[in-house]
Amino acid sequence: MTHSKILEIEDLTVSFHTRVGDIQAVRGVDLELYKGETLAIVGESGSGKSVTAKAIMRLLSKKQSSIKQGSILFDGIDLSHASEGQMMNIRGKDIAMIFQDPMTSLNPTLTIERQIIETLRMHQKLTKHEAQKKAVELLEMVGIPQPEIRNKQYPHQFSGGMRQRVVIAIAIACNPKILIADEPTTALDVTIQAKILELLKDLQKKMDTSIIFITHDLGVVANMANRVAVMYAGKIVEIGTVDEIFYNPKHPYTWGLICSMPTLDLKDKELYTIPGSPPDLIHPPKGDAFAPRNPYALSIDTLEQPPMFRISDTHYAATWLLDPKAPKVSPPDEILRRQQIFERLEAGEVVQ
Amino acid sequence: MHDVRYELLNPATLGSKQVTYTERRETVLYRLFHDRRAVTAGSVLVLLTIICLLAFLSPYDPNQLSIMDKLHAPSWAHWFGTDDHGRDYFTRILYGGQVSLAVGLLSMLIAVSLGTIVGTVSGYLGGVIDGLFMRFLDVFMSLPSFFILMILNAYLKPSVQNMIIIIGLLSWMDVARIVRSQTMSIKEQEFMLYARSIGVRMWRTIFKHLIPGVMPSIVVAASLNVANAILTESALSFLGLGVQPPASSWGSMLNNAQGYLGTASYLAIFPGVLILIVILSFNVIGDALRDALEPTE
Amino acid sequence: MATPSLLFWRELRLSRMILRRMLQIVPLLFVISVISFALVKLSPGDPVKMFVTPNMHPEDVERIRRSLGLNLPIYEQYFRWLGQIVHGNLGYSLQNSQPVLGQILQRLPATIGLMGTALAATLIIAIPLGLVAAKYENTWIDRLLNMISYISISIPVFWFGILLIEFFSVKLNWLPSLGMQTIGENSFVDLAQHAILPVTTLTFQGCGAYYRYVRSNTLSEIRKSYVEFGHAKGLSIWKLLWSHILKNVMLPVITLLGMSLPTLISGAYITESVFSWPGLGLLSVDAIFSLDYPIIMAMTLFSGLMLILGNLFADMTYQFVDPRIRK
Repeated sequence: MTHSKILEIEDLTVSFHTRVGDIQAVRGVDLELYKGETLAIVGESGSGKSVTAKAIMRLLSKKQSSIKQGSILFDGIDLSHASEGQMMNIRGKDIAMIFQDPMTSLNPTLTIERQIIETLRMHQKLTKHEAQKKAVELLEMVGIPQPEIRNKQYPHQFSGGMRQRVVIAIAIACNPKILIADEPTTALDVTIQAKILELLKDLQKKMDTSIIFITHDLGVVANMANRVAVMYAGKIVEIGTVDEIFYNPKHPYTWGLICSMPTLDLKDKELYTIPGSPPDLIHPPKGDAFAPRNPYALSIDTLEQPPMFRISDTHYAATWLLDPKAPKVSPPDEILRRQQIFERLEAGEVVQ
Repeated sequence: MHDVRYELLNPATLGSKQVTYTERRETVLYRLFHDRRAVTAGSVLVLLTIICLLAFLSPYDPNQLSIMDKLHAPSWAHWFGTDDHGRDYFTRILYGGQVSLAVGLLSMLIAVSLGTIVGTVSGYLGGVIDGLFMRFLDVFMSLPSFFILMILNAYLKPSVQNMIIIIGLLSWMDVARIVRSQTMSIKEQEFMLYARSIGVRMWRTIFKHLIPGVMPSIVVAASLNVANAILTESALSFLGLGVQPPASSWGSMLNNAQGYLGTASYLAIFPGVLILIVILSFNVIGDALRDALEPTE
Repeated sequence: MATPSLLFWRELRLSRMILRRMLQIVPLLFVISVISFALVKLSPGDPVKMFVTPNMHPEDVERIRRSLGLNLPIYEQYFRWLGQIVHGNLGYSLQNSQPVLGQILQRLPATIGLMGTALAATLIIAIPLGLVAAKYENTWIDRLLNMISYISISIPVFWFGILLIEFFSVKLNWLPSLGMQTIGENSFVDLAQHAILPVTTLTFQGCGAYYRYVRSNTLSEIRKSYVEFGHAKGLSIWKLLWSHILKNVMLPVITLLGMSLPTLISGAYITESVFSWPGLGLLSVDAIFSLDYPIIMAMTLFSGLMLILGNLFADMTYQFVDPRIRK
């Protein structure tokens, strides 16, 4: 990608304080976001993907959590050390965020209009009248019919999909440079999911916004993202372009995720699930956190954490299997099939 | 050179290395006993109750009048001083405490039993009976209960027994509501449908599943109920509509103390502080219980 | 989907709801009236005795009994009594033979003044404190306020009143402790001086409950995701508290307010007794002591009615204020 970097996260480490000890939710994440791209962060719940997003927005409660180390560079400011005043100027204006549940993201007792113009008047010097006009435009832009009427209504008068459109309208109100979407379609029906994703893509094209798209559903990522970062136990275990992750994955965890993706031609094959559960992040394991669930685990996995091995300029994965000294293992059939497709892609063939 | 570290692990050895969750099983009781507020309040109550029950050990007769010893300030001989009739105030406080605590606990028992019965029957039977019971409950809710209490105490002969019964009969509604909704939700659960289909005795199943399910919320309601009952008793006795002389409760002692403001303030201080401590403790325990039942984090 | 029709349906549903609530009240009113009537009938003592002199003939006694309607079946007596009530005839006080209604109306201003001031002070103090405590959850200020609120809900109100009298009237001699005004004086300052202690007592007692209610509601609102989204929009916590959370917190507070409204009229029995405040609470307590059952009956009816209306008011307001009504 030739675009310029807009956000640069380095060695981000976040802990949550609990009575039993500190949960190390994010453990040294390095991430870059380029202008105009969509970066998907994929992982199970508890992998630290939402925490990373909230850390960027500095939405984590100061009482219950802290950014232990690392930096989040945006527009020359290190967000991890920015003051609350600085952040209030950035939030909603330069970086906006939408959340998982549209049913609860809006205040039930205020009209849609009030909730939209609030952001507009906060960040832009608009009169009430101008803000109201802008609100109607925004609703129209996100595809809400009869925006003049809908504007005066309350959230409960909207369906889930329509509410998420309103939430998106609020998020894009000030033309943010970055839009963070935290599982924006998880709570919606499949058919509505597709429409919302379409809307996001559409808006991105119009406004040239960068999107960080957080999801646990690899299936959603395929036609949404340019690049994909796979997170596990607070670390990025593999990152690459969408083709690299889908057709040439290198990390056994990514293999597991891909194999557990439901496909349409699934006849009597049983859906694969990754065995076991994520590790205890209060006392994270010494070596590779995925090792206990990894059928391809090596002895060294229990001793040392793997570094990021480079596969291509855009593709990195943290698994000892990529070490030259590691034995050659044979990935699951599904992955082998995909790797063949990848080779044909690399060779410049058009693959159906 | 072959590096052993890069060998594939045997899945069998993997199992033993599986990270085990060190999640502590936190029961309600565990949380309660680790709540400093609850433990403090609980110990205070237990201690106070024991001291009040040991009143008979006092060398003084709580009702022995002695004009010579009138209104002595607190001293070594009379820890809390003496009252306007020369009676040892500490001894009277202990006997009064017995009355206050008894009224609180016994009327709570009446209220909780009544509430539980009404709640289960209404919630289990549903339909017309439930409708009737709920209207009945509405009526009780719209009674000016403190006023009715005063009237009944004035009409009937004021006595500790009457007070216990009347307070109990006027404060069962909260418990009934809680139990009713709990019963209804248990009734709809699958094991109940199953039990019904195979003809297991309904009432037995209801109680077997209801009691553990609803017990915690009843305990919370009960604890707040005791606090309210003690407050009500003390207010009635303070107005002179409750415990009658020569018997005394903390409330009636305050009524008496009103005449000695400025001259013998300790007469008002001691019973008041004790009522405050007891009610505060029950309220704190009620809250702590609620928190233990529904942890927010 | 045209809005006018939408609005129309909403209104219709609302008015149907109001009608249903009104109908639900009828049996409650009936029961309250029966209880009030029963209080008169069950009162110790025979009302005929009031009119009987020692040397009266038994026939005369019987005539009086008949003229009072006491020979009629009990349900007929009830309806006769109800008819009187509806026409505003609440009977005469046994103590001073004054019409009961007149006495109640005469005392009403004192009670409304006292309770209204206290309620206003309670709301003004408790709501902001509840919000602040929730904002600073688990800090020293939250802990301090919680502790005070525990004392507020646990302290016997009469004892708190006694302490105030002991300190401010007896020891310091700053404020009067009894009544509503000094005899012969009729100034606002004098009235205010008399009102300070009872208002303080009632306010302190009320604040605890309202504070705890507001605090716990605010805490549960703060955890909702619209607040997080509000933060993500760039709003400050204070702005969120003021323009988003407060309104949502106030909705359930209305219920509490509805329950406080009856006391606005029926008075505070204990506080008025402690401070000899000449309101309806004191009137009721005095009536109970002298078994003045016409007044007891009237006050039962009155406070029962107020309780029902208070609940109705809370329900109604809630329905109108909460936009989610259409659910």
